[in-house]
Formats: sequence, C-alpha cells, structure tokens
Amino acid sequence: MSDTLVSEVRPLTPWQTVGPFFHYALPWEGGENLLREGVLGERIIIRGRVLDAMDQPVSDAMVEIWQASSSGRYDHPEDNRTEVPADPAFIGFGRCPTNEDGVFTFHTVRPGPVPGPGNTEQAPHIAISLFGRGLLRRLVTRLYFPESEANAHDPILDLVGPERADTLIAKRDEESGGVPTYWFDIHIQGENETVFFDV
Amino acid sequence: MPMRPPVTMPCTTPFASLPVRSVAVKTVRSKKEKTMDVLQYSPQALSEPPSFAPGYVSTVARSPRKPLVRIPQTLTEVTGPADFGERLLRAPVHDMTREGKGEPLGERIIVSGHVLDDRGHPVPNTVVEVWQCNSAGRYVHKKDQHDAPLDPNFTGQGRVVTDEEGRYRFVTIKPGAYPWRNHYNAWRPAHIHFSLFGPCFATRLITQMYFPGDPLIDIDPIACAVPSEARNRMVSRFDIDTTENEWALGYVYDIVLRGRNATPMENPQ
Ligand SMILES: [Fe+2]
Repeated sequence: MSDTLVSEVRPLTPWQTVGPFFHYALPWEGGENLLREGVLGERIIIRGRVLDAMDQPVSDAMVEIWQASSSGRYDHPEDNRTEVPADPAFIGFGRCPTNEDGVFTFHTVRPGPVPGPGNTEQAPHIAISLFGRGLLRRLVTRLYFPESEANAHDPILDLVGPERADTLIAKRDEESGGVPTYWFDIHIQGENETVFFDV
Repeated sequence: MPMRPPVTMPCTTPFASLPVRSVAVKTVRSKKEKTMDVLQYSPQALSEPPSFAPGYVSTVARSPRKPLVRIPQTLTEVTGPADFGERLLRAPVHDMTREGKGEPLGERIIVSGHVLDDRGHPVPNTVVEVWQCNSAGRYVHKKDQHDAPLDPNFTGQGRVVTDEEGRYRFVTIKPGAYPWRNHYNAWRPAHIHFSLFGPCFATRLITQMYFPGDPLIDIDPIACAVPSEARNRMVSRFDIDTTENEWALGYVYDIVLRGRNATPMENPQ
C-alpha cells in the first residue's frame, strides 16, 4: 500500500448524547419495520432489551440497525457486486426507541452472508447502533444468529475471541405468529457486558 | 411587524426527489470470489467524549467497562442508509417557526453551515435531523417536567438535507437553557441536538450545537466530557452575513464527519 498525500485534516465534530427528549423528533412511523411489499427472503423478528449495570431496563434508549438483504447485498452504491442480486424492496435500515421495559423490536428479513476483509466471508449479521440518555457517544455492536455455522469462520467474531463472542449471538425465542424470533439483550455494563466495537 | 422577506432555502428538495447519491466507488476487489477489501474511514478521534464521564451521572451505570474491540471496517461499516426517499424518516421541515397556527415566541434565528468530511470534501445529500426545546427551555416531551411554559406554536423538530456543496440551513427559535437534575443547580447551556448519517454506517454522528458566549458551556458536564479545544467545535458562531435584515439572527455551524483518503490504494499489479 502506498502512502497517499494527506492534506490538512480537519478535526472531527465530537459526539454528544442524544439525551432523553428525542422521541418526538427521531423515531418515525414504521421505523422498526423493514418489510416492504415484495421483499425477498425469510421474515424474522429481532427483539431484546437494553440493560444498564444493575440489569435495569433502559427505557430512553434508541436502537438503529443496518443489514444486508436476504441475498447478502447492501442497498448502497458502494456494494456494486453484480453477481449478488439486489432487492429493491429492502433498504436494510431501521430505528426503534426502547419502551418502558427497555425493549426494542424490529421486523426484518434474515440477512445473507457478506464479504469480509481479505478472502473471508462474514456470517450473516446485523450492525447495531445504540444511543440513549447517559450514552455520550454511540455504542456499536453486532447481532449474529445462533444456528449459523458460518459463525465459526466469521473474521469479526474471530477478533472478539471465544470468551465474549456469545454476547453477540442472539437467542432463538418462541415464534410469534409463525415468524422466527430472536432475542438479543444489550448489556451496556456488568457481568454479561455486550461486546462493543471501535470501528 | 416588518414584512417577512422571501427566504432563500438551499435545501427545499423533498427527500423523495433527491438524486441518488453519487459516491465514487472506492472498493478494491480481487479476482477471487467474495473478496472485498474496503478503504477505511479515519479512526474515531481521541477527543471524543469517553463513555464513562462521572460528572454526567447517568453515564456511571450506562458505560461499558470492558475495552472496545477494535475491528476493521468491512462492507457492513462502509455502507449505510443512503436512499432517504419517502421510505425512511419523516418529512423535511426547514422552518421550525411555521409548524403551528401562529408564530412561536422567542428570538427567531437561522442556523446554517457545511457538512464536510475531515479532508474538507463536502458531504452532499445527507439528512440532518435537529430537535430542541422552546425559547423558555421546555421540550414538547411528556417526560420534560421543567416548570416553564409550552409554546402552542412550537414543536422543535426539523429535518433538512445538505445540497451538492454540503450546505444545510434551517429557521428556528433560539432555545432556552433548562435545568436538569444531574447535580444541584444544574442547567444545560442552550443547545440544538443534531443527528447526521454521512455516507455510511461508520460516519454516523449525533451531537449538540451550542451558542457563542454561553457561560453555561464550560460548567456543563455533557459539553465538558469533551476536552476544551475540541469542545469549541460544537459552538456555533454568530454571522452577520447569515443574519437577515429586520428578520432573524444568523448562526453558522459547520460539522466535520469522518472521511477517508480520496486516492484508492494502489494496486500492486
Ligand atoms: Fe437537550
């Protein structure tokens, strides 16, 4: 890799907390539902709680997800792989504030695998951003699926290591209305602290 | 009252008619299937506030204590929500003073600026979401118990899109300071909350814009979680050229998101 000329780099605008009063501005009707008419793939439900150091529910947090389509393609100009079909009915972005019990819910499709660094393939996963009162900056984590054999070869889970990787694996929950449902608690702090990424 | 002059808005395009973002493809692929190395966006700045800042009491039980796991950006992180057509987010609001039947109380202001990346390139067609309290320091939120009046003509939420040069602009009312229960006699400096996406997942930013000369900034635990030299980047500046004669004061607030090298990695072949 050659060095590139770096012109003067401007300092970044710092993060600040989203605060407790974002509800009337950021969430939108249907923001937790990524399903559109004609969407391809297997419908799933993602549900979980945001918990603090004392395992108390965090009722003023907001969760955003970003994921590939069922074929493993991102709805973004940078993912221009022609060999992977795009799904025009699927955007892959959702936003959900937590409720009084700290619970968030998303209706989406099971993502396909996507390429990783080098010659690797990433197991199906969902990227998660967590915001909330008391969170000065976003916390970034990922959700992986428990039955996915590809987890064993996922380059990011490999970096996390076996001791904590299970904090990123959702649990299969009871199906609601025949739709496979996954439960994913985010422990901000404490014994079961979720792995958060510097990315 | 003087006649309201016509307002020139750089950002009047409804989300639905936005052009698809033209992003230069910077992905380097090998001939082997499924391989995709991506150019990295610059790392998080050292001046970012820590998750644990005990002066801001709510962080104590809401901050991870194990170290963050450093990972390379993959295709997941260098892509992100880009098509903000009518399918995502809510309708644009450029003028937060026109959401009610009448004019809200308070000092009318114009806030504008550029959204740039850290190499100085404009970030075009990106959504900027803003929200704030009214001029008395009260949010339209059921959990805001501050004993200050609501304004029936002010909600305090807006949404604009940057133009091709990365500019945004909206009209609002200068927010008031408000008390919070973090410590005795705690008051938040006047601020407007900002939420931006930028080109991808890695460039997401939520921040707060402050006003110049506010004595509360340097005693506010949230602003002070950021070191002082970086704190100044969150303070807007008064600008007489943005100010409109007999109508509204103008403030300029430029926002810098993470960028990446414009030159792709050289292919060794
Ligand atoms: Fe606020």
